[in-house]
Amino acid sequence: MGEQGCCCCGGVDEREKKLQEIIEKYKNTKGALIPVLHEAQEIYGYLPMSVQKKIAEGLNVSLEEVYGVVTFYTQFSLNPKGKYQIQVCLGTACYVKGANQILEKLQEKLGIHVGECTEDGLFSLDGCRCIGACGLAPVIMINDEVYGRLVPDQIEGILDKYRKG
Amino acid sequence: MEIYRAHVLVCTGTGCTSSQSPKIIEEFEKYLKANKLDNEVKIVKTGCFGLCAEGPIVVIYPEGAMYTMVKPEDVKEIVEEHLLKGRLVKRLLAGNKELKDSVKPIEQVEFFKKQKRVALRLCGVINPESIDEYIAFDGYKALAKVLTEMKPEEVIDEIKRSGLRGRGGGGFPTGIKWEFAARSQDTEKYVCCNADEGDPGAFMDRSILEGDPHSVLEAMTIAGYAIGASQGYVYVRAEYPIAVKRLNIAIQQAKEYGLLGKNIFGTDFSFDIELRLGAGAFVCGEETALMTSIEGHRGEPRPRPPFPAVKGLFGKPTLLNNVETYANIPTIIRNGAEWFASIGTEKSKGTKVFAMGGKINNTGLLEIPMGTTLREVIYDIGGGIPNGKKFKAAQTGGPSGGCIPASKIDTPIEYDTLVELGSMMGSGGLIIMDEDNCMVDIAKFFLEFTVDESCGKCPPCRIGTKRMLEILERITGGKGEEGDVEKLEILAKNIKASALCGLGQTAPNPVLSTLRYFRDEYEAHVRDKKCPAGVCKSMLNYIVDEQRCKCCGICARNCPVNCISGQKGVPYKIDQEKCIKCGTCLEKCPFKAIFKNA
Repeated sequence: MGEQGCCCCGGVDEREKKLQEIIEKYKNTKGALIPVLHEAQEIYGYLPMSVQKKIAEGLNVSLEEVYGVVTFYTQFSLNPKGKYQIQVCLGTACYVKGANQILEKLQEKLGIHVGECTEDGLFSLDGCRCIGACGLAPVIMINDEVYGRLVPDQIEGILDKYRKG
Repeated sequence: MEIYRAHVLVCTGTGCTSSQSPKIIEEFEKYLKANKLDNEVKIVKTGCFGLCAEGPIVVIYPEGAMYTMVKPEDVKEIVEEHLLKGRLVKRLLAGNKELKDSVKPIEQVEFFKKQKRVALRLCGVINPESIDEYIAFDGYKALAKVLTEMKPEEVIDEIKRSGLRGRGGGGFPTGIKWEFAARSQDTEKYVCCNADEGDPGAFMDRSILEGDPHSVLEAMTIAGYAIGASQGYVYVRAEYPIAVKRLNIAIQQAKEYGLLGKNIFGTDFSFDIELRLGAGAFVCGEETALMTSIEGHRGEPRPRPPFPAVKGLFGKPTLLNNVETYANIPTIIRNGAEWFASIGTEKSKGTKVFAMGGKINNTGLLEIPMGTTLREVIYDIGGGIPNGKKFKAAQTGGPSGGCIPASKIDTPIEYDTLVELGSMMGSGGLIIMDEDNCMVDIAKFFLEFTVDESCGKCPPCRIGTKRMLEILERITGGKGEEGDVEKLEILAKNIKASALCGLGQTAPNPVLSTLRYFRDEYEAHVRDKKCPAGVCKSMLNYIVDEQRCKCCGICARNCPVNCISGQKGVPYKIDQEKCIKCGTCLEKCPFKAIFKNA
């Protein structure tokens, strides 16, 4: 996940084929919708309306039901994410150790708010509830990489690493 | 079987994995090979040892030497000194100074001394991806005993007599829950495991799933036999990729060994377990919401009754326990109810796992006998508060719990005492706060959480918590009005009485408990427009101490809004109008000449 980011053209059919396979796999499972959405998001990086429509048709549930589930759970996203997805842990352990200052610094440096993506599509910023590395608080996660015991001054350096690719 | 002269245990829990333990394992493989030790020394990838603050952790047996904060570049030295020449690498040894001269087994490291491990029995001991290692430590022995020697009623009786209570928060007697589910007559029943650990800052269940997943599978199968179910579901957070992976491996292995599936141990009993991933909704930790989510819908709670034991998942009788509760079951069956009941206090039997974080030296995972005092946990196990600060309060129960003030530090930790103090056991999150934490701000933090996570189904929770948050925002923003505190109290009581599910009913607890013990802080915010802990920005001023200022100008150069002025020989000044209160100047001043005026 993460690598494909926004709408990369090409391979569209490939992705749709995979989606159909997933729907087929879960069709007869009880409570199939959420597992299908998880796997669909793995393929597309997010869940655009067109994908939700296909899932609704494939599983024979209403689009309203699908949309309702997608918007209920924070893991599912209606918008594309950046190439590098930054998650700031806002769990209690990180909060009491200054996660807010880290978040503020990130917003300042990236010029975006939580839930947004930078114009160049490079970074998206989200808050999350405890990634479980409380011993390293405060922590942020960029794609699968975890940065712990942070102070606001380190943020610039970390972002630069990714900007340079 | 191959025999090794030494075992290198490397923690591969989430905390240590985040601080490079996979790289450390690679390095060990490389250097063991280079020194031709790979046939003599075995690397074991274990679950969490508990001392996350000191991670990554490496323990070498037979000595039981515990190395902490190991870096990939330390591995060469450990291999060449410890494993090749038998000399300890003292600079990396865990624990206090006196321990550094001789090796003491890890049980004697201060952090572990007062602990008793039942649910965490095999975390940090075995490789969680190996069913053989689990079996070697008596794994699946309890299941064998249950299926071949005990009737379902006897199993339930054993659990009842053990006195085990639900470890997910409420503390309902587990045996009675099992009995209710067993009594419901239906051809189809379900066993569910709640692994949707939503309390931010808690990681007990995750550590058990990562460190010893088979114990949960074994317990669920035992529960299936006891209540007459043949299908189980584990509902686990998608944010726990390592736990999900290891659960999948464990289910696969158990099936291959005939410990899950048809005719287990050659009996008529069949049982299967499937995983269901959560998708980031705190309310799904509530039992009825969890089942609605497994069914594939928005995770909204349903009114009770009917209780899950009568009408639960897919409308069928369902038993639901949390991870830690299950992890206790195999040991209770093996060692007997009396053994378990001998641990703990009169009304709270056994042990409890806590994830301790915040302002504490030894952040990590610990398991203590019920009845241990908060003082022992904070000072003996936790190693006290960092930087010589004063302990102010401990928060238990997460967004549903409350704060225990320093004056109650000698309270024994058990279900009922915590409720009396206005908090609760909760699932085991334990956040330590020092004098620099503002209690109004903490209450606001938890309210923000509940407002965000409220599912929106019932108005008391959807609208009521939002109103409470608005008042708290006003108070912390320096705009508190007379009567705000009283309004908070009225709202809190009404929400508690009228919300549909546990999430809403307990949402006001963080406010009520901080009001109970720290009312003066609320009043300081409202009346004097002051934040005594110096957290709430709108009430803060950064000021230059003219006596101490050496006029170096470092503060002015670092100020992001250029609001500090001065020159050589003239002490610097902060323009309070322009100041955004970011605190950079205070951090940067080499002479400690800038202070916060709360």
